[in-house]
Amino acid sequence: MAEVYLNSKFVGTIDNTIEFVQKIREERRKGMITENLNVYYTEKADEVQLESSKGRARRPLIIVKDGIPLLTEKHIKQLEKNEISWSDLVKQGIIEYLDAAEEENTLIAFFENELTPEHTHLEITPLAMLGYCTSLVPYGNFNQSTRLNAGSKNQKQALGFYASNFAVRMDMDVNLFHYAQCPVVNTIMHDTSNYDKHPAGQNIVVAIMSYKGYNMEDAIVLNKGSIERGFGRSTYYRPAIAEELRYAGGLVDQVCIPDKDVKGYKTEKDYRFLEDDGIIYPEAKVREGDVVIGKTSPPRFLSSMEEYSLASSTRRESSINLKHGEEGIVDFILLTENEEGNKLIQVRIRDERVPEVGDKFTSRHGQKGIVGLIVPQSDMPFSASGIVPDLIFSPHGVPSRMTISHLIEMIAGKVGALAGRYINGTTFDAEPEERLRKELLSLGFRESGVETMYNGQTGEQYTAKIFMGDMYYLKLKHMVANKIHSRARGPIQLLTRQPTEGRAKEGGLRLGEMEKDTFVAHGASLLLKERFDSDRTVVPVCESCGIIAIRDNYRNKSYCPVCGENVTINDIEISYAFKLMLDEFKSLGIYPKLQLESKY
Amino acid sequence: MSDIISEYEDRLPGKIIEDVKNSVPKGISDTKLKKIMEAVYDEYRNARVSSGEAVGLIAAESIGEPGTQMTLNTFHFAGVAEMNVTLGLPRIIEILDGRKELENSMMEIYLKKPYAGGKKLEDLRHLALQIKETKLKDISTEFAINLADFTIEVKLDREQMKELELTNNKVMDAVSKQLKGYNLKDNKDSLVLKARSKEDTFNDAYKTKEKIKGITIKGIKGISQVLPVKREEEFVIITAGSNLADMLQLEEVDAYRTTTNNIFEIEQVLGIEAARQAIINEIFKVIESQGLNVDVRHIMLVADTMCVSGTLKGITRYGVVSDKSSVLARASFETPIKHIINAALVGEVDNLNSVVENVMINQHIPLGTGLPSLTVKPQKAAKEK
Repeated sequence: MAEVYLNSKFVGTIDNTIEFVQKIREERRKGMITENLNVYYTEKADEVQLESSKGRARRPLIIVKDGIPLLTEKHIKQLEKNEISWSDLVKQGIIEYLDAAEEENTLIAFFENELTPEHTHLEITPLAMLGYCTSLVPYGNFNQSTRLNAGSKNQKQALGFYASNFAVRMDMDVNLFHYAQCPVVNTIMHDTSNYDKHPAGQNIVVAIMSYKGYNMEDAIVLNKGSIERGFGRSTYYRPAIAEELRYAGGLVDQVCIPDKDVKGYKTEKDYRFLEDDGIIYPEAKVREGDVVIGKTSPPRFLSSMEEYSLASSTRRESSINLKHGEEGIVDFILLTENEEGNKLIQVRIRDERVPEVGDKFTSRHGQKGIVGLIVPQSDMPFSASGIVPDLIFSPHGVPSRMTISHLIEMIAGKVGALAGRYINGTTFDAEPEERLRKELLSLGFRESGVETMYNGQTGEQYTAKIFMGDMYYLKLKHMVANKIHSRARGPIQLLTRQPTEGRAKEGGLRLGEMEKDTFVAHGASLLLKERFDSDRTVVPVCESCGIIAIRDNYRNKSYCPVCGENVTINDIEISYAFKLMLDEFKSLGIYPKLQLESKY
Repeated sequence: MSDIISEYEDRLPGKIIEDVKNSVPKGISDTKLKKIMEAVYDEYRNARVSSGEAVGLIAAESIGEPGTQMTLNTFHFAGVAEMNVTLGLPRIIEILDGRKELENSMMEIYLKKPYAGGKKLEDLRHLALQIKETKLKDISTEFAINLADFTIEVKLDREQMKELELTNNKVMDAVSKQLKGYNLKDNKDSLVLKARSKEDTFNDAYKTKEKIKGITIKGIKGISQVLPVKREEEFVIITAGSNLADMLQLEEVDAYRTTTNNIFEIEQVLGIEAARQAIINEIFKVIESQGLNVDVRHIMLVADTMCVSGTLKGITRYGVVSDKSSVLARASFETPIKHIINAALVGEVDNLNSVVENVMINQHIPLGTGLPSLTVKPQKAAKEK
């Protein structure tokens, strides 16, 4: 007698368990009960688990009866002729979806020739165990699984042709890849997913060698000639958005060129691109600080009588300008209304991104790297037949990561490029490497894929033969132009007078607690003080009460708010953060008395 | 020879003088010896830490950095006759916190000569059994309360008792010693307890029943497991649970070598110096077992810090940190509000003598290049002119 649970809730018991489970499965296949129900029987606990809840991961399998799959040639022909569809197969009980639990009660064959009478299911294709992105990795079955994961993760970050209506879209922070190509070495998934309609990389010639140490630690060396011919070019779009907000009292923002008497007026130069409507014109070349949309807002505090009387003249400047480090060309302007009926202006700024040192590229095998050097084509190594690689990849990236698929793709790509055909590199079902090598030999190249190469600068022949081939390379969305950051002096926080944090605010780089410790460990006392001087302040302190005094520059006098003027007041140098802490103590009712004494 | 060496006695540590004495050839001439001693003294002076060196912070970094590589997992040796020992980071934290209750306390009991040889294996087994704590519940099968007269009947496990060399009388002795107010009756296979006072209720009987389960019949309190191990030529008894004070009372135990991993116990029984050494040994053992390399002197400094006050103090806000003289330094390490409020209540003065406070107010830290200060008073110098 087994207990029966439906969606983990006890519903009753059953005597002839196996019959019961079988019946449910049969009826499901016949379509008498929902296709969404899975049964799982465990002998150990002697219970039947029925699952129909949402959120279970399920996968399709071909049902096998007495060692013969229910899917026949006839079905495949019908499928090809479009007479039946996938859902028909599910309805007919030829294919069913199993969840992780029901899988425990099955015996699944990988290939049809492995079938025995004990088998209950047949895998549709071994590729089914991989996800979409992972299926896009050619020769994936030659790899460690971790590399496949890395490879598919990298592909998600690749720049490509993300939408065919990009010209009329107002996307935030998007990249558009120029001159995208279909991969020469592809997989079945490339065909099924119409990858040729939205490709995300380029086929290039890759040589595995070192180049003066500029491709150490996963870096890559690029051929300047290839970049000039369009390799890795992309456009980065960023929008600037402004809204005419409505405030209490009928006041409203105004998009216009701000008047000179507006509070916070920048300089005339900053507004130079604005047309009469206060909006920039298309194809204007803008740099950081330039105003894209001119806007003024009503004064902040209306309750103050003084402000009220001067209301018209004290409007605030609230224009949208390019932030620190941003530049580009105004591409597209959209005037519309938002949900509340307020005027909404969106300006799209485009910036062409030519590969530069620091941009990130990757093959499809988790072999990502940063551009370390861009070399003029004349200085690149070249092969005996005059082929110059577009990219030089470091040999040290291969042994520890064991990405054999990376190497096979190079050979396959080479064959594909020379023979003028696409190479099928589907995981578990690819064109065999052996055949590719033979074809490469027949095309007049060494079957190992190596080539005699010459130093581009001296013309000397390299002692080693260099492995060179064609691969599909992707440009990843991490570009230095969006990340580069430095600061010497800059904005500070209002409260603490310490430098702001983060690239967007042109912030400083924090020297944290542990970094401080290293200074202390070295005994570098004066250096440490200098490094922490960013919020240094000089405050007058009353010698008699130890409270921070007041400096009156008009009268050129200092006085103590507690003891008056007839006391000695001395200046001390402390961090502003400490002064702030003293103030906080005072607000807590704690009297922080500073006792001064001469340092010397 | 001894004249020249003794000249250095107040300048060099005893260990170094001893080493020189032992390694110098016998008929050495005085001039040569003098030269050697001068060279030794120079070396010694050069090896000393210069003043203003941040030894504490360097010790912290030197232990902390390799600490990041330590595996957090303690290994459990399932099924193997091996004691479960806390190792790695959890153990280091345990030691440095100065905890009294350990996750796995453990003793290593060395035996005096006649017992340690291992020739009389029977004796060793006997001793091990003597050490292991046997509670009443370990030798009984049932505790029953007679509802009629509220007597408690303890049914004894004959086989267990035979194994542990216990007789009914011995059990009765132990129980009567630790339980007052009850009469005991020996019923051969069971003991019957009856309260002397007449107003006994069921509740009282129940409480007593629970209480007597934990009565120690035999062995040393706190020792839950014994494992004799052969180390080189002698037998050592390793125990789970620790009770140093009682263990040292046993005649067979070699009090000079027997030890526990409970530092607090060592401090109680053997004193603070022993505790200091125990801290060093225990930390070093963990670091070594992880295959890391930390100079002992860093650990010694930590152990010194924990023991200077005369009692064992952990490196926590209740221990070493609470002894800091500076309010700001204490407040910068955990529970700032507590420290500041208490300091405000008593009007504490912070002399800004150590590192943390000076970093806070952005002044030179009194270490390294920040340590030296002017010793000449400019006014005085001017007057003399």
